[in-house]
Amino acid sequence: MAGNRHLASAVIAAVFLGLVGLLLYGVLVSDRSDRDVLPSPLIGKPAPEFSLPVLHEPGRLVDSRELLGQPYLLNVWGSWCPGCRVEHPVITRLAETKRIRVVGYNWKDEHADAMRWLEQFGNPYWLVLVDYDGRKAIDWGIYGAPETFLVDAQGIVRWKHVGPIDEAVLERDLLPALDAIGVPR
Amino acid sequence: MNVRPALLRRLLAALLFALAIGVVHAQAVRDATPLEFRDEAEARRFHDLVAELRCVMCQNQSLADSNAQIAHDLRREVFELMREGRSDAEIRDYLVDRYGEFVLYRPPFSARNALLWVGPFVLLVVGALAWWRLGRRRPMERPPPGDATLEKVDELLGR
Repeated sequence: MAGNRHLASAVIAAVFLGLVGLLLYGVLVSDRSDRDVLPSPLIGKPAPEFSLPVLHEPGRLVDSRELLGQPYLLNVWGSWCPGCRVEHPVITRLAETKRIRVVGYNWKDEHADAMRWLEQFGNPYWLVLVDYDGRKAIDWGIYGAPETFLVDAQGIVRWKHVGPIDEAVLERDLLPALDAIGVPR
Repeated sequence: MNVRPALLRRLLAALLFALAIGVVHAQAVRDATPLEFRDEAEARRFHDLVAELRCVMCQNQSLADSNAQIAHDLRREVFELMREGRSDAEIRDYLVDRYGEFVLYRPPFSARNALLWVGPFVLLVVGALAWWRLGRRRPMERPPPGDATLEKVDELLGR
């Protein structure tokens, strides 16, 4: 009888401590900048097929198959997006190393605004694709800007980042991801 | 308070700048044309469907409640998929393939989600068991007062 009572107290204590632990965990992760980030179900799967206009060449459409053969980084941006300005110098420096093609994905923007933005801050992109009504973006699971996808030579999505790329993301995630798919330094 | 307009302007500019810096993963703002339903049944089906889909940007709102641009886009997508004749399950799968199970307010029962589904019931059972065990505890029986204490009582009462 006494043993049962002790068991019951132990169970209650364990459940209580478990709940406290859960709360503490919640508090601890609450200041992580990526706490709201959705993991992309596209990782390890073929990138969505698309045929999108090119910002600098009106009338030209680029098909996703034209991008196969070499890896590329797809960087979602818009002239209205403050985070894109924050990461712009980092994207520019990365593009300047010519280690990987950086494809801009101009999302929900206006042509004139996008052109002005690139003129003002510089155009780091090898190619800028245009998706102004955001229909194709749904296939990519895009839900904000900036977002960045790494697609390998076979067209498989290898990595995704939500939010601006800074030196920490570059060092911790992106450069190792480039190494992992064998992009030469 | 007497503040010079120039100073006020500068303060306002600084505030706007600070707000802009805070927005790191942002949304474009644009008006969306309202969807037009064929009939009452289609409207009801649409509203039931988007009510149990979660907005990916503002994660505590459903697709039906959210005013975020991406929610507009996804509502339009759901609407068009309905018009293409896809079933509710197909539309849900379509979004899950792109945004993950997170978009479902009612995620499917799977090994990964098992704790989510059974956790509350496990806690309920544990609580009920603990309550039952503790409830069976009998009221404590106190030993009758001994001679020594009774002597003290007599002394206090001046007997």
